[in-house]
Amino acid sequence: MMNCKQATRLLSERMERELSPREKFGLRVHLMMCRGCRNFGRQMGTLRDLAKAYAKSDTGHQPPDPVDGSASRGGENEDR
Amino acid sequence: MTDSTPDIRSSAGILPEPEQAGTALQDARFLAELRQQMLKFARLQLRDEHLAEDAVQEALAGALKNADSFRRQSALRTWVFSILKFKITDILRYRQKVIATSELGDDAQREEAFSEALFNHAGHWHKAERPSSWAGPQGGVHSDHFWRVFDACLNGLPEKQARVFMMREFIELESDEICDQLSLSTSNLHVILYRARLRLRECLENGWFEPADNPGGSS
Repeated sequence: MMNCKQATRLLSERMERELSPREKFGLRVHLMMCRGCRNFGRQMGTLRDLAKAYAKSDTGHQPPDPVDGSASRGGENEDR
Repeated sequence: MTDSTPDIRSSAGILPEPEQAGTALQDARFLAELRQQMLKFARLQLRDEHLAEDAVQEALAGALKNADSFRRQSALRTWVFSILKFKITDILRYRQKVIATSELGDDAQREEAFSEALFNHAGHWHKAERPSSWAGPQGGVHSDHFWRVFDACLNGLPEKQARVFMMREFIELESDEICDQLSLSTSNLHVILYRARLRLRECLENGWFEPADNPGGSS
């Protein structure tokens, strides 16, 4: 059974490579039960958007393309 | 910024005839963006505005010399950044503030401690550290204040993590290119990026985002 440490690691790696079917399955099962890691997963995408906006801005303080920090927020279920 | 090509040409006097220059460098917008990314990178590494400007200027000048060998923007970008990296390393050495030798060495203890602060022995989140749903205070991420926090969080990353994270997310280099440049294995790269993201999100969550969901899940 996957723990949060392993799940977050995969959520980061998912930004770099295609996960194997086995990894995907394990991750999905974990995420169903763990709100913290679901949030973490969404934050990974937000972080990428933020970094992109930051890098392209002139001063580092004014992104040309405002990003929505909330990313896509789905319905939250119970905590694990 | 669109004038940076003539600037460099006149100051360094090394640009080949315009018709020989690489197609990528004739794209003013690409060049402006690239220069901006390089400056950010250099500033963070050097923590000195003037040194950063110098390093970027020199790296760009060096790149222009051979600009005609690069037809693709991504190839040019990679190459320019590798020059910049060497410039920065030189400067840091010169300043006796050498991170070059230790930068790729892993500080295992520090990472272990950080990980223990986040996860319990079973590898689950400590309750207080569980990531919240990011909503954010008034003004959201559009504000100057937010970007100052972001800046501070980036500056707070360990050197190596900051460097790799920026190469990946700012400069948007492919994994392979970063591994090549820094002599890292792919799994090494993944670990470094994971750690950088763990720290960054932790820092942003503590420094900016207010938890929108109740920690107990019983709102």
